Amino acid sequence: MIARVVIMPKRGVLDPQGKAICSSLHAMGYDEVDDVRMGKFLELRFVDGAAGEERVARVKSMCERLLANGVIEDFRFELVDDGSPGDGPRGPAR
Amino acid sequence: MKWGVVTFPGSNDDRDTAHVLRSVLGHETVALWHKSADLQGVDCVVLPGGFSYGDYLRCGAIARFSPIMGAVARHAAGGGLVLGICNGFQVLCEAGLLPGALVRNRDLRFVCRDVTLRVESISNPFTNLAFAGDVWRIPVKHGEGCYVADPATLDEMEREARILVRYCRPDGSRARDESADRSDYNPNGSARDVAGVMNAGRNVFGLMPHPEHAADPAILGAEGGRRRADGMRIFQSIAHWVDQRREQASAGSMR
Repeated sequence: MIARVVIMPKRGVLDPQGKAICSSLHAMGYDEVDDVRMGKFLELRFVDGAAGEERVARVKSMCERLLANGVIEDFRFELVDDGSPGDGPRGPAR
Repeated sequence: MKWGVVTFPGSNDDRDTAHVLRSVLGHETVALWHKSADLQGVDCVVLPGGFSYGDYLRCGAIARFSPIMGAVARHAAGGGLVLGICNGFQVLCEAGLLPGALVRNRDLRFVCRDVTLRVESISNPFTNLAFAGDVWRIPVKHGEGCYVADPATLDEMEREARILVRYCRPDGSRARDESADRSDYNPNGSARDVAGVMNAGRNVFGLMPHPEHAADPAILGAEGGRRRADGMRIFQSIAHWVDQRREQASAGSMR
């Protein structure tokens, strides 16, 4: 069981890296790109395959307390059964 | 007056800061280790510049969970003085002891140069020996010094005179329009040219510029000897404030 966590700069927070990447894409001729925003992607691997409400609550708390800074970043995550030891038969991923 | 300077793994201005406090200012100064939760009875804790925990995840994000930070939070809650310089400012924001956050510089470059700062407010423990409108020359050296906070928070800090220093031109002026190009004097794109802010309790102050690098005449004299030790005013203000409070307390107890 893993959690895939995506952390993005909040709308309105300056993202100079995204802007620089966007300019590079334009310079290469990819004019269809209107905007780029750059964030972070983390994978958390768990000791077991539990995917209940408690796990969701704990990952949310990890995001709020450490992984993301609520002043400048938003986060979202999903729990994914990746077939690692301890994972049960495939259930619905969150 | 007793000072404590915290060392996190990756701090690199802790010794410079202690040198200024101990050898230039002549005050008792102790080193505080990040794994200890004992502040040794200091009057003011300084969180120095550097790259605590390699700046992993976000600058200051890991350092805020070290044992010393629990003690710093209790010290602050009890009215004790805390000064965060550069990475120390980032740690204080991450710890929630100061509002806002510091993100990547506008131009994506590490900036290492002198900047000019305007003193905005002096009724506080950190700039009380300055005059409002004073222009200081103090170096910055950071890659993530762009201060952001939501407009309501910035408005509140302006109303309560908690933005103590702002980036300005050498003559003290600033662009009137926030959306104007301010890259001639604002080194990182900080909102409203904020260089340093104080908490609502008025006992915690963080700033990106390095007062400890504009404090030792032996170093400043190398540039023609005409440079003032502007950074010293912050340390002297803190010492003055602590002395005054102590005098008031002893006068009160004699009555």
